[in-house]
Amino acid sequence: MSIDLFDKFDPIIQRRDQLPKEAENPFAVQMEKVLSQTVAIINGRETILCGTNNYMGQTFDQEAMDAAKEAVDNFGTGTTGSRVLNGTYNSHIELEDALKEFYGTEHAMVFSTGYLANLGIISTLAGRDDYIIIDADSHASIYDACQMGQANIVRFKHNSAEDLEKRLRRLPENVGKLVIVEGIYSMLGDEAPLPELVAVSKKFGASIIVDEAHSMGFCGETGRGVAQAQGVEKDVDFIIGTFSKSVGTVGGFCVSNHPKFDVLRLVCRPYMFTASLPPSVVASAKTSVKQLMHAGNRAAVLWENSRALHKGLKDAGFKLGTDKAESPITAVCIDSDEVCTFFWSELLRSGVYVNMALPPATPSGLNLLRCSVCASHTPEQIQTVVATFIEIGKKLDVI
Amino acid sequence: MASDANATNTFETIVGLIEPFNRKNVTITPDTTFQGDLDLDSLTVMDLVAAIEDEYDILIPLNMLPDLETVQQVADAVDKINQEK
Repeated sequence: MSIDLFDKFDPIIQRRDQLPKEAENPFAVQMEKVLSQTVAIINGRETILCGTNNYMGQTFDQEAMDAAKEAVDNFGTGTTGSRVLNGTYNSHIELEDALKEFYGTEHAMVFSTGYLANLGIISTLAGRDDYIIIDADSHASIYDACQMGQANIVRFKHNSAEDLEKRLRRLPENVGKLVIVEGIYSMLGDEAPLPELVAVSKKFGASIIVDEAHSMGFCGETGRGVAQAQGVEKDVDFIIGTFSKSVGTVGGFCVSNHPKFDVLRLVCRPYMFTASLPPSVVASAKTSVKQLMHAGNRAAVLWENSRALHKGLKDAGFKLGTDKAESPITAVCIDSDEVCTFFWSELLRSGVYVNMALPPATPSGLNLLRCSVCASHTPEQIQTVVATFIEIGKKLDVI
Repeated sequence: MASDANATNTFETIVGLIEPFNRKNVTITPDTTFQGDLDLDSLTVMDLVAAIEDEYDILIPLNMLPDLETVQQVADAVDKINQEK
């Protein structure tokens, strides 16, 4: 008798098929045309994009686009190889230099995605007898990294330095310790209290990684993220980041001042055994990273947009993930997944795209309409989004 | 034997800690499974683990979880960790 390997997914298939038929499918959205950082054609309709991670609007930056086109002309469409073999071009090194300058660090290592950066750094740094201590709300890439490595994994209550301390205190003596937190958490958009978390980690001799995926470009004086904004950069051992959000393309990286950091290029499997980023991506990433060092004005617009959206939704009576705008992300919490799906679908049909996120991808079993703003949104677009939310919220009895 | 008495206590204490997560009101026996019988998703299991850790002031690393399917297996693991402390 043969067993269908797909049988184990039946509960998921069932749950997917139970989504209301009259609603749009939240997992099958297609962008037919992308008109700008903030507008796309979806189902033939002009739609405001309020659920991308394009925080700084770099995807259509002219200089970054020109650099990418020039790289295609000069270096072709791809490297067809790993960073440690034939996949390192001058531009990969220049991109790492740009990151070193951006973060003021000695070392930088570029990965092919942000997911791979977490997978690689975490699974390689912590070995068999070491302990990794992660925030309970960590991104899937951090959980997956833990599973890939050999270390012991301990989880502490989200954003609680007290709970972290309790767990660090229980660790055996003389073991390697690696604490992992994020600057901004992607689902609710809440910020980490880094000074407390870093202080506790240091007290127990643990190294600390801060994942700044959702904070690069607009948190901190020169956009380095929450560690810079909260003044703890010098005590953070590793910053992990991505090019797929504020940098507007794809790729990941880690920066550090650890003197032995570069050995990771020879031992980190998710760095070694995958193809390197194509030259066009590297060129646009490099251009955008350099721009983000001097993008204070745009960051200010982004924060203004974020506060406007948060205030508009809060004043309307929606239940939000955070009390105030702590990031460009505002998550609207909806009680039932069915109402959440209808709400999301109605938003899309009214020309507003946001992310729908359901458990287990969300913390505390929440059903979320996750909105995120872009520095390129106009105040009018933000007001349209708020007005659309209010109209549908009333219709569906959410507010 | 003292260790048997401990083991019974551990089981009962853990049953008490499971109650807030036992939304289906399953009657808990040593053989009750977390995923199958209690229908707990992976995140809820991790929250329960945190509650057990705090009760005993120990660490149960998440990488141990795949081997702990039943309530009795968790109770045994807790006793073992406590002995090694």
